[in-house]
Amino acid sequence: MSDSQISNGIHPQNSQTLVANLADKAMDEMAKSFAFTTRLDDIVAWGSKNALWPLPYGTACCGIELMSVMGPKYDLARFGAEVVRFSPRQADLLLVAGTITEKMAPVLVHIYEQMLTPKYVISMGACASSGGFYRSYHVLQGIDKVVPVDVFVPGCPPTPEAVLDGVMTLQRMIAEHTPRPWAEGWKRPSFIKPIT
Amino acid sequence: METVLTTSSNLENLKRDFASGNSSAGSLSTSPGASDGLKFLTTSTGDDVLEVDKDSVPAVFQQFKDSGRFDFLMDVTAVDHLNQMSGRQKRFDIVYHLFSSKTYARLRVKAQVGEGEAIPSISPIYRAANWFEREAYDMFGIHFSGHPNLTRILVHHEFVGHPLRKDYDADHQQHCSSTMPLHFLPDPNFKSEGRQLLPLNIGPSHPATHGTLRVMAEVDGETIARANVELGFLHRCFEKMAETHPYNQVIPYTDRLNYCSAPMNNIGYCKAVERLLGVEIPARAQAMRIVLAELSRIIDHFVCIGANAVDLGALTGFFHLFTYREMVYTLFEKLCGARLTVSMTRIGGMAQDAPEGWFDDVLETCKKISEGVDQLDGLLTGNKIWQQRTQGVGKISAEDAIAWGYTGPCLRAAGVGLDLRRAQPYYGYDQLDFKIPVGTTGDVFDRYLVRVAEMRESLKIIEQVCKYMPSGDYTIRDKSIVLPEKSEVYGNIEGLMNHFMLVIKGLRPPVGDLYDATEAANGELGFYLVSDGSGRPYRLKVRPPCFAIYQSFPDQITGGLLADVIAILGSMNLIAGELDR
Repeated sequence: MSDSQISNGIHPQNSQTLVANLADKAMDEMAKSFAFTTRLDDIVAWGSKNALWPLPYGTACCGIELMSVMGPKYDLARFGAEVVRFSPRQADLLLVAGTITEKMAPVLVHIYEQMLTPKYVISMGACASSGGFYRSYHVLQGIDKVVPVDVFVPGCPPTPEAVLDGVMTLQRMIAEHTPRPWAEGWKRPSFIKPIT
Repeated sequence: METVLTTSSNLENLKRDFASGNSSAGSLSTSPGASDGLKFLTTSTGDDVLEVDKDSVPAVFQQFKDSGRFDFLMDVTAVDHLNQMSGRQKRFDIVYHLFSSKTYARLRVKAQVGEGEAIPSISPIYRAANWFEREAYDMFGIHFSGHPNLTRILVHHEFVGHPLRKDYDADHQQHCSSTMPLHFLPDPNFKSEGRQLLPLNIGPSHPATHGTLRVMAEVDGETIARANVELGFLHRCFEKMAETHPYNQVIPYTDRLNYCSAPMNNIGYCKAVERLLGVEIPARAQAMRIVLAELSRIIDHFVCIGANAVDLGALTGFFHLFTYREMVYTLFEKLCGARLTVSMTRIGGMAQDAPEGWFDDVLETCKKISEGVDQLDGLLTGNKIWQQRTQGVGKISAEDAIAWGYTGPCLRAAGVGLDLRRAQPYYGYDQLDFKIPVGTTGDVFDRYLVRVAEMRESLKIIEQVCKYMPSGDYTIRDKSIVLPEKSEVYGNIEGLMNHFMLVIKGLRPPVGDLYDATEAANGELGFYLVSDGSGRPYRLKVRPPCFAIYQSFPDQITGGLLADVIAILGSMNLIAGELDR
């Protein structure tokens, strides 16, 4: 390469800088094929949205539909969320599928508290979202009374497609850094005692 | 209530028992006022009823137990008559349901209890009564004297009041602030000295507890020294909801009892109401119900076996079986639009007819499912790990199973060939060719084998029914029970009026009560229905099969290995929706 540069009549002393410039340019060109520039939080969000580790909190009928979502036909793995973790310490998505009763509410809060941030909550189905058609003495009228919910999925139970849509909605929220004031200002409800 | 004095042969025999004064009937006559307290009746729907004085309850039940006339105690519950006090002094009825696995006879025993009064517990006589009495205490505040552990069972421990009393508002919620610490029943035979016991809590949020069960144990090494369970984490107040909704609107709630086989609950409930109304549904509706029920039985067993295997580490079977479950979902979707909770029945028949070619689709799917069952058989039955984890685990004798109130596959695995489809056939099950598989030891492996064999029998039933599907209407056309077709409502004034009247006035069964049971995937699913002649059930009690089975769980796991807890739990097929209601 340097031979051809000399033969082109360029002074050898300048050739070094020229080579360096050319190398920089080539490097830039080549870099376009394997690297890109981004902001740190964007790349973190990209990773986080494509590797959600759900804690499947299936308590009732919705839990059975959630099995379908995980199952071979609907396959949540396509969205990078197939690694279910039953330990809250390892999960970043709390997928509440089913009715939460007054008796279960303290358990749910403790599980949410044990999860590490960033953490998200999807409320699957009518019961988890609002108590559903159980306007009754022992059913919590929506889990948003005790934990902050990012996505509500309607249905009784929702179709697996609806749940996938819920997960995709959450992925968009993560990618776009949608502000989540409900989660940031969250405090344990006063009627639930801390774990002793 | 409309009653006629006894004519049934069952009651005649009973009367003779009590009149003959044999062993325990002798003690009955010595207890004060007991003989006056006995009143034999047959209701207009054909149920045998014995009304007794509350103090003679133990003697009467001792007599039933000793004579062997009734080996099963199916259900104990209460009814609050606050709104129907005319003609009675005491507020509550305690209602017992007995069953005989030999003669298939049933008997309802009723005793009146006033506010603040106690009634003797029968749990020393019939073990199965334990949890049912606790539930009656929890829901109604009725005290059962001599009960070993009369504590709340379904609602949370901070709850004040008794929710199924008529003066408790259905939507009056009370928050719960904490979870109960580990607790065990006092047991005089239990000794902890000199042993290093480790307390262990499993659930309610644990992958092997299938949603909402909590098992508390103390382990000595790998052995369970003592155990206890807590339930009620999914108590959604089904019975109170039923009391506050019109008859047809209760159907979606029944879907959510055993949500793994939702149509079977629809059928059980509708069958009970239809019997109270005294109507028989058309042949086509009966056949459709059989097809739905048997498809549900198959997919219920899929989930049970699949989940049981997953808990023991065999993930493949579960995912594989879900392929076939999806096929059945597709069938349901084609039939009515819903996948899981279909609400396909109506009182008087079905909601609509099946679309054209649906039964051919069912037959086609059955062929595939049949292959799936064979593959499942190949995956697990001969599998060494599966055998070692399940054989001899959770063994139970036929006597114990009956004493606990086991029904369904778990009972049949213990060698008792009781199946209500044969014992008290309905919808023409007696015309169909199918076998009732039974096991020998009642262990987890036998339960699995019984379920697999039952799936094959169900496929046989579906084939027979689909091939000879009766034509005709899918529902009765009684204007006071079934809504007219939409074309009628919009097309002529009579249809419009009938529709209006039925919606405003509601479906009103006659005053009375009855107990009706069907063979659900898990065992006997019973509905005890009390009607006061209004448009809503006055009281609806569900007898969930897994409630009785789960009762035996602490007993079954104590002394066994920790790892077996999970195997036994999975084999019982506990569905929180019907367990906690």
